[in-house]
Amino acid sequence: MPEYTLRLRRYDPESGEAAYWEDHTVELEGHRSVLEGILKVKADEDGSIGIRCSCRAAICGSCGVRINGKPGLACHTHLEAAAKHGAGTGWNPPDEGQATPIIEVEPMGNMPVVKDLIVDMDAVHWKKVRRVTPWLINKEPIPEREYIVPHENMVDVTQTMACIQCGACVSDCLSMEVDPGFIGPAALAKAYRFVGDPRDAQQKERLVDLSEDPHGIYDCTHCFNCIDACPKGVAPMSQIMRLRRVASADYEIEDRNNGYRHEHAFVDNIRKNGLLHEADLLPDSYGGKFHPRAAPELISSLPVITKALVRRKVTPTGALLHKHRKEYKGLREYFDTIEKHEKRYELNLYISGYEDDAEGAETAPEVGVAGSSGQPSAPGADPHKSDPSEGGGV
Amino acid sequence: MPAHDVLIIGAGLAGQRAALAAASEGATVGVLSKVHPVRSHSVAAAGGINAALNPEDSWESHAYDTVKGSDFLGDQDAIEIMCREAPNELLHLEHIGVTFARNDSGHLGTRAFGGASAARTYYVADITGQAILHVLYEQLMKHHEQLDRYEEWFVTTLLRGDDGECVGCVARDIRHGNLEIFRAKNVILASGGAGQCFKPTTNALICTGDGIAQAYQIGAPLMDMEMIQYNPTTLAENGFLITEGARGEGAHLYNAAGERFMEKYAPNKLELASRDVVSRAEQTEINEGRGFPDGTIALDITKVPRKRVLEALREIVNIGRDFAGVDITREPIHIRPGCHYIMGGVKTDVDGRTPIEGLYAAGEVACVSVHGGNRLGANSLLDTLIFGRRSGEHAAHRARSIPLPEIPDSVLDDEQRKLDALVRRERTGRRVSEIREELGTTMNKYVAVFREDEGLNTALEVVKRLQEEAKTAYIDDQGKVFNQDVLAAIEMEYMLDCAECIVVAAEHRKESRGAQFRTDFPERNDAEWLKHIDLTRNGAGPKISYSEVTITKWQPEERKY
Repeated sequence: MPEYTLRLRRYDPESGEAAYWEDHTVELEGHRSVLEGILKVKADEDGSIGIRCSCRAAICGSCGVRINGKPGLACHTHLEAAAKHGAGTGWNPPDEGQATPIIEVEPMGNMPVVKDLIVDMDAVHWKKVRRVTPWLINKEPIPEREYIVPHENMVDVTQTMACIQCGACVSDCLSMEVDPGFIGPAALAKAYRFVGDPRDAQQKERLVDLSEDPHGIYDCTHCFNCIDACPKGVAPMSQIMRLRRVASADYEIEDRNNGYRHEHAFVDNIRKNGLLHEADLLPDSYGGKFHPRAAPELISSLPVITKALVRRKVTPTGALLHKHRKEYKGLREYFDTIEKHEKRYELNLYISGYEDDAEGAETAPEVGVAGSSGQPSAPGADPHKSDPSEGGGV
Repeated sequence: MPAHDVLIIGAGLAGQRAALAAASEGATVGVLSKVHPVRSHSVAAAGGINAALNPEDSWESHAYDTVKGSDFLGDQDAIEIMCREAPNELLHLEHIGVTFARNDSGHLGTRAFGGASAARTYYVADITGQAILHVLYEQLMKHHEQLDRYEEWFVTTLLRGDDGECVGCVARDIRHGNLEIFRAKNVILASGGAGQCFKPTTNALICTGDGIAQAYQIGAPLMDMEMIQYNPTTLAENGFLITEGARGEGAHLYNAAGERFMEKYAPNKLELASRDVVSRAEQTEINEGRGFPDGTIALDITKVPRKRVLEALREIVNIGRDFAGVDITREPIHIRPGCHYIMGGVKTDVDGRTPIEGLYAAGEVACVSVHGGNRLGANSLLDTLIFGRRSGEHAAHRARSIPLPEIPDSVLDDEQRKLDALVRRERTGRRVSEIREELGTTMNKYVAVFREDEGLNTALEVVKRLQEEAKTAYIDDQGKVFNQDVLAAIEMEYMLDCAECIVVAAEHRKESRGAQFRTDFPERNDAEWLKHIDLTRNGAGPKISYSEVTITKWQPEERKY
């Protein structure tokens, strides 16, 4: 059986000592998880290693850690896979005399460490969740039976329901590192769960709140870290972008953070120039060069602009005489394709893009009956009479 | 010292539902849990929740299916209550925000499930438990003014007053390591099952039977403890669950010869017979050499359209990919029966009351008994919610007429001394983890799908030896902050109490009914055994007594699927 060295970040708050690394070697099959490795060390060698864990199957969200610097669930990462990116691999030089692959495990970032691999989620993550009014505010009147809502809406918000609150996205949120007040990816994904829910009565109020908050939806910098980090495919950043699209396109909420205008300036800038004309973007975001709002912004940006000039990131000619390339091939087409659709395309975890009627027959030839709507009636081959399509179908 | 009208121990579905119900009745409520509430094992319930909500369905049909599923050991008065109240509970969940799947008309949609005569399982993809648990937690946050949450607190003992009533508990703040007395007019146990007594199991590492053992230790009777459900579809290596929803959506089971063997065992219901029947069928195939060489059966989900699988069974697509290296939309996955659920638990009435005044139990920790010898899939979520709510309401009412109990501080010193002694044990005994490992493998060997006298006696001997060894088992962590080691040692004692009761009851019931199949007594014997086995602590071991099975409408009959 292969051997792995688990290099664990240890911290005992009672010792008065700083955190340190501690190596343990385990013998386990490569397809076992990093959590199993840690639990083996805990069982056989040192019961004092602190790590939260429960389900072992990436459902409960307890064991969020950083493995080789990347956030994720310890139970959801194979030893073999982790070893490929550990110390002594790639550009990471091996330790002297290192025989087995080293897997580094440390607590998640952006949250205070309580002990070893355990962080204080309440101080950061849950506080932020509570910030977004995380419960349904019912549309009145509440029906006697269920709310009648389209299946697609429920599937849509189920993507954010799939969040297990593990904190992996919070751990590596770059915006939160710069602005600890940022509501952050997990909580904002949670916010979308209500904004996208047709049963909620206060979608607009929620969006105004999240747009106007300087730590709200316009505080995200699109770094994609949260999408990478999420073990459940929730894609928090995509949910934040959806909140923005609903806030700006559907509700036209002009926020004081200038998010709305910036987004529009951006689109117009590209439409006009083909390539981004940076020198125009800033003033345009504030209503144009001569808008009273723009002047203070331009002045306050002078140090940055000067620095950029000194470091030759921009040249005065380039900035002022930007080459307009609106004749760029295909540009028009992109705008047309996107803008002519009444409904926005949104990606969803639960919607695969596979069609069952035509192509589905190729992928799964023995499939039973397909419902008239294109939805399969699942146990088509099942002889007993409890066909679920009778009980409301799927 | 915190004091509440109603103190709830455990914050899974039963606990959170009880808390919300008690709070809405005006009680002051504390919810205490050894893990953050959304980590509770209810989160892993995948398939759905049963309710006869469709006009063409009826609660009687649901109740009959449940009675039949229980192999006529379930108490029919309790089953009637559960099935009657199910539709309203489901609508309540929908109203507070659970994102249940819809049908084409925008109404709630259903899927088929095992042992049911109609498709009455409501679901959120295959994360139903997670969706409900998270929505209830949203409500807990919403009602934070009426509800105090004690997240990551571990109960070391329940407390009884001078008249024998339950008056609260002692708990350790895991984060800081200090002990605290919780005074309460009522305590509701909602701390889940005891699956960790077995290895492998579908149950989370936290399912160590804490509540069952705590109640047992202060004298509350346990019931139906021999009834351990083996789920037909678990991964061989680690015991992870493949939801019954897969079969509900149309997946088939095959043996190594490619035979759809359920045709032989349950010609009408096939893969959707009740779980004990399917598990026994699989184990028979495996034992008689028709399984795969690794002792498994094939579950073929490729029967279900891929698009549907990716929408409705997303979680097991992930589990197959991440934990078995199989794309279940393309190829069969190998499974076998695995420990999943304990039908037995702390004996309660239909309001969650145990025979100890002021002590309630709800959810998997309890035995009402609505599941009897075998629980139907998607009835467990229902059980937690219905009886969680009923316990919460009843306890809130009871709180109105009684004063808060007084508890002397000396209780705390006693508990502290016990814990200190545990931490300071000499390193001469065994490691707690070794004992846990031996218990799990022993139980899974002798107290599984098929049982017989000799194996059960062997298991009992092992459990008794382990109980002795646990008294001197040592731990490594001497600290206060997040000392998981000391908690593991206490959990070990809880598990051993549960295991002892399971084995004693299994040995005692000399018949085959539901999940209990005795190869030495292969028939159901209504004349002698249509009764519950109750176990009460008596010195070192459990004392056995019986209680009647409540029969209202449905007389026992031969059980065929």
